[in-house]
Amino acid sequence: MNTVTAPEYLPDTPSSSPTMRHFRAEKFDFWSFFFSGLTGLATLFILGILATILLNIIVNGWSGLSWHFVSTIPKKDFFDIHTTGVLPMIVGTTFRVIVMTIFVIPVGVITAIYLTEYASNTSIITRIIRAAVNNLAGVPSIVFGLFGLGFFINFIGKNLDVVLHNTNAIWGQPALIWASLTLAVMTLPVVIVATEESLKAIPPGLREASLALGATKLETILKIVLPQALPGIMTGGILAVSRAAGEVAPILFTGVAYYMASLPSHLSDQFMDLGYHVFVLSTQSPNIDQTRPILYATVLVLLILTFALNIVAILIRARVRKKLRALG
Amino acid sequence: MAEILIPKITPPATAATAAKSAAPLIEIENISLFYGASKALKNISLKLDEKVVTAFIGPSGCGKSTLLRCLNRMNDLIDNVRIEGAIKIGGHDIYSPDVDVIELRKRVGMVFQKSNPFPKSIYENVAYGLRLHGVKNRGELDAAVEKSLRQSALWDEVKDRLHSSALGLSGGQQQRLCIARAIAIRPEIILMDEPASALDPIATTRVEELILELKKDFTIVIVTHNMQQAARISDQTAFFYIGELIEFDATGKIFTNPAKKQTEDYVTGRFG
Amino acid sequence: MGIHRGHKARPVEWLAEKFIFFVSLSAILMVLLIFLFVAREALPVFFGQTNTALVQKPIPPEDLDKHSPAELEAYLEITPDQFAKMSKANLRDLMDVKVEEQDDIPDNFRDDPDARINTTQWKYLIQPHQWTDYDKPEYIWQPVGQIQKYNIIPLIVGTLKVTLVGLFFAVPLAVGAAIYVSQLARPRVREILKPAIELLSGIPSVVVGFFALLVMATVLQSIFHYQTRLNAFVAGLALGFAVIPVIFSIAEDALTSVPRAYTQAALALGASRWQTAWQIVLPAALPGVFAAAVLGFGRAIGETMIVLMVCSASVMSWSIFDSARSITTTIAAEMAEAVSGGPHYRILFMLGALLFAATFVSNMVGDFVIHRFKQKLEGKR
Repeated sequence: MNTVTAPEYLPDTPSSSPTMRHFRAEKFDFWSFFFSGLTGLATLFILGILATILLNIIVNGWSGLSWHFVSTIPKKDFFDIHTTGVLPMIVGTTFRVIVMTIFVIPVGVITAIYLTEYASNTSIITRIIRAAVNNLAGVPSIVFGLFGLGFFINFIGKNLDVVLHNTNAIWGQPALIWASLTLAVMTLPVVIVATEESLKAIPPGLREASLALGATKLETILKIVLPQALPGIMTGGILAVSRAAGEVAPILFTGVAYYMASLPSHLSDQFMDLGYHVFVLSTQSPNIDQTRPILYATVLVLLILTFALNIVAILIRARVRKKLRALG
Repeated sequence: MAEILIPKITPPATAATAAKSAAPLIEIENISLFYGASKALKNISLKLDEKVVTAFIGPSGCGKSTLLRCLNRMNDLIDNVRIEGAIKIGGHDIYSPDVDVIELRKRVGMVFQKSNPFPKSIYENVAYGLRLHGVKNRGELDAAVEKSLRQSALWDEVKDRLHSSALGLSGGQQQRLCIARAIAIRPEIILMDEPASALDPIATTRVEELILELKKDFTIVIVTHNMQQAARISDQTAFFYIGELIEFDATGKIFTNPAKKQTEDYVTGRFG
Repeated sequence: MGIHRGHKARPVEWLAEKFIFFVSLSAILMVLLIFLFVAREALPVFFGQTNTALVQKPIPPEDLDKHSPAELEAYLEITPDQFAKMSKANLRDLMDVKVEEQDDIPDNFRDDPDARINTTQWKYLIQPHQWTDYDKPEYIWQPVGQIQKYNIIPLIVGTLKVTLVGLFFAVPLAVGAAIYVSQLARPRVREILKPAIELLSGIPSVVVGFFALLVMATVLQSIFHYQTRLNAFVAGLALGFAVIPVIFSIAEDALTSVPRAYTQAALALGASRWQTAWQIVLPAALPGVFAAAVLGFGRAIGETMIVLMVCSASVMSWSIFDSARSITTTIAAEMAEAVSGGPHYRILFMLGALLFAATFVSNMVGDFVIHRFKQKLEGKR
């Protein structure tokens, strides 16, 4: 039945010919095995480190975690395992992150809208904005701390005190608001990049359809683009929050306190902080073996706070990226 | 200076109708379009009459879609585009600096190659344009949505699930929804950019029937690379090749007795 | 057709666009402000307006008019702003205080030549100096005490030491993992591996520092049997953990952005997956991988908490098994005790400005290389 003949340029070999055996792996390719193994091991090693850190903290910190621990305001000596707690640290970290979010989300989202919806990619100003965003992402966190001290406290805060005729320094000293603003500047690129990513994932056809119906650019953005970009904006916000919640260096000089007897109640108050508390417990403890359980428990609380947020963000981002790739 | 003196409202209806029956609705006068330095459209002139279906045909990259997008100024959205010449709709140059592009696009609707319903409900998709233009009354909206969906032959299929997502419709239904969305705001002209190219034969037939139906109320300009489709639905056909208008005539003449050799080669399938 | 309008027919639209544009400039504004305000606090160091010399030739208050404002500003350690605001009577009072201070200096310092040195001069900041009681010129950072020593070389060496250890550890691992994840792993495995590795960046650096301090330091010492438990080696490895996700993400991105047509062409010619990755993809993505390492470097020299927790003694030594103090650590540890506006404070800000400049340059280089690389892949060059 088989009347199909092979074209002339193919050697006339029936499928049972010995040359076909080449399709089966004949010899063991050592280099391929070796390098695949090596890079695979590198991957495994990184995952191993991650797992080791997480397991070590969970296993050692679990027993120290209790309702009492997270709901107690500690006395001056917070190294005492029986009376200590981390409520003020949780409250401080949460407050500074919330205040930061209020500032960073609008500015970051609006910047991303400008970059994707309005700016022409070739204009010089767009390039400068992009370069600035990239650079901001690379500035060391301690430099943000110096900036917060030099700009927010020594410049804005001190001048505010002069303008308001405060005889005591109220704003011209480390405070919750300055720490939050410093963190807002630090996390601005995170929000911008995540929002931009999700704006780009929206099919251009939707914008065209809206514009062709006589919608203005602003109407198109508000009614079609932004509702679609919401998951991406949320990712950006969550990533910023989780990044900021764990940062210590930027708040060292801008608002964190070693100890406070009461919870912060005003934007000009100082605050205690989980990350900073981890630093204090691990480096200033009079007896590290005795404080180890509270140290581990504090680290676990910090990790739960930042890590849970991170996992959520990564999951949403993976979905946004998949959509982006589907668009080509 | 003269442009500023042009009245901002539509000229009196009586005078306009009298003039319109004589003058064509769309006059494309010596249009050239540049992407940076390269010239994508070369000195094109065309006159299109009211309530007529005109097809733009030609091989890929001939500029037919580009010209279509000039008619509602969608090319404005692309960086680096420069346009010379004039396009007059109802006697007004739409590229004159005092033209409001938003108003223009309300008058000149568009349906795209890839169906692009908003990720909203079917109802909200059709109502979107109406809401934009200030219609708030629920009864008015309901009536307009029903009318548009009926006109686009979709009403019977979706009337029971108006408030479910438009993304649940089939490809053909989505495209008809996009047509319903475009006609809901009662434009005078509808531009269609290969509206059936992504659809299966049955859905294509339905869209074509719909176009013939819509001809009664709207002036339609359609870009297509399907020559049978152009022959089936259009009254006039313009053939483009590498940015130039080669021939423009009644559809019957273009397909049976074209004046130019290039047109004949294309419609008989010798190239393209 | 009523399509005409006056030129300002849509003020809301116009205002919104302008507003959005101005808000988007805030990123530029912030970079400028950071530079401006960090530099502003450091400026007196650059212009030699700080003076730490313990023993100075006192200027009697009645000679006020014989000296230029610049000389007086340096002598009284005040800024030109402060100088301008003061009346002559204020200035004379300040000069009285200064003369009294000079009278109070303990006798043993009067004969010490070091006490006459302004240690914030560039010469003393970067060159070794033979201090009294030392037998050879040395680089010393010792900002407390009567004679403050601000040599920044030990800090730079400390930073480089820790950073290089971190990069030697992180670059091979991160690039290897990037090759595996982007080229060799099956798509389904990749979808899991990539976010898992990126999770590492979600661990706060203070937690990595804590882990290095409590667990790694002990384990590593028992393996390598070195003297100092907390040293640059431990800090470097921990720093490596922190930069692995940065390098991995950028390298993986560069490797994935090599067009699939290249790899498919190679695979179609009978190359194995590994040969394709090694001979086709990696060379094409090399600039991106290089940029990843540069950006990782920028991230590593700016990392604070890890190094702060693991080691902090400022010794001038190139050995990675000695302690080290990086620039970031110094700023973090000493800012609290530095007098606002004093020489120590200003030099810490100067270090911050140096750090900012170093990361700025490494970011610019990294971004430039990536930009060129992507353009090349898109065939624009």
